[in-house]
This record gives sequence, C-alpha cells and structure tokens, in this order.
Amino acid sequence: MSAVAAKYPEFQKLGVEVLSMSVDSVFVHKMWNEKELSKMVDGGIPYAMCSDGGGKVGTIYGIYDEDAGVETRGRFIIDPDGVVQGYEVLTPPVGRNVSETIRQIQAFQLVRESKGGEATPSGWKPGKMTLKPGPDLVGKVWEVWKTDNAFE
Amino acid sequence: MPDEFKPGCARPTGGPVGSGSVPEKVIEQKSQKEERPMIKVGKKAPDFTAPAFHNGKFVNVKLSDYLGKWVVLCFYPGDFTFV
Repeated sequence: MSAVAAKYPEFQKLGVEVLSMSVDSVFVHKMWNEKELSKMVDGGIPYAMCSDGGGKVGTIYGIYDEDAGVETRGRFIIDPDGVVQGYEVLTPPVGRNVSETIRQIQAFQLVRESKGGEATPSGWKPGKMTLKPGPDLVGKVWEVWKTDNAFE
Repeated sequence: MPDEFKPGCARPTGGPVGSGSVPEKVIEQKSQKEERPMIKVGKKAPDFTAPAFHNGKFVNVKLSDYLGKWVVLCFYPGDFTFV
C-alpha cells in the first residue's frame, strides 16, 4: 500500500481517487500509518484507509476469504459512472504492480475520451499507437500493428 | 466528501449500501453464498459505506460520493503484513 501512496501524485494528476480496504479497524490503520508507512512515504498515507470488519464489503466484491478471515489482494478500477472497468485479484504473498494499474487507467481514460472510437492494443502505453475499430480494419490489423509493438 | 465521526468503544464498521434491514434476504443469500458470482467488468460497482482513517481523522467513506471521478479500490490482507 506504500507503493500506491508513493504514486498518489500521479493518480491525482489523472483525476483518480484511491481507497484502500482491509478488515483492520480504523485504529489499527492509524497506528500502521504512524509506526511504519509514514517512514516509507513522506507525509504518510494520503488516501482514505477504509475498514471492513467482518468482510461485508469484500464479500460483495468477491474477494473476501472466509476461511482466513481477510481480504485477498483485489484491485478494482471504477470509472466516473461507477462502472467497474477492470480488476485484478492476487493471493496475499504477491504484491501488485502499481505502474500497471496506472497504465490501465490511462488506457481506459483514452478509450472513454474517444467515446469508444479508439482501442488500445496489447502492451499499449501513452504515446503508442491505438487502433480505430471499424469495417476497414477487419482482417487488416496485421498491416498496421505488429506483435513487437506489445513489448517495447 | 467523507464526514468525520467520533469513535466510541465499539469498533466501527460499514457495509453494502441498501441492505441491512432485510434479515430474510440475508439468510437466503447465505444458502446461495457458494455460488455468488464474481462481479463483472462493465457493470456497476456495488456501493458501500466504510469507516476510514484519512489524514489524521476518522471519517465515513461512501463509494457513490466519488461518482464523477475515477476510483482505484485496493483490498489487501492486513495492516502490518509484509507485502
């Protein structure tokens, strides 16, 4: 969660609000921020650290592990209409890639601004070519986009 | 934006918005729990309220208060865990 905090200015620039959530109480959140996270990120955690005691919210999002009594690592990208555009769920020992979350948001924002007129192919990053789906592109993607484009 | 609240001795909790006062439904849900489908992309994110710690204050967060903005919602296993 400190990695997300370190990138918070970038999220803000993109007009994104961050919410974190675990089953810990708000009192424990305060202590974790004070005792540890504020030593990893200047000023501590800048976003709201939500508490989901009992896992009720995690349950409706499908990421609450009832056996362990904790949330798994679920990350949801929600657009300005409140629609889920993407999610990723990992088991606890593997952390997220925050840069990939930012890349996905940039891609979803581009698609939204183009009102669906543009699509971002595999490995797209800001500045790279997009595809404009339409009758003329059917069967012709190979002419304009190479698999190498996904990996640079 | 989130309202501040004064914590008492009870541990504050939140939950889904629009549920809570229908116990019959809860029982019904429980028997179906194993088949609960994963939420779907392209569909509305379930609204919720949750107590939160934010910038030194205890506040109540409601997801729908953020309509008009992009939101990244990150669940994680627990405070003071290692990853």
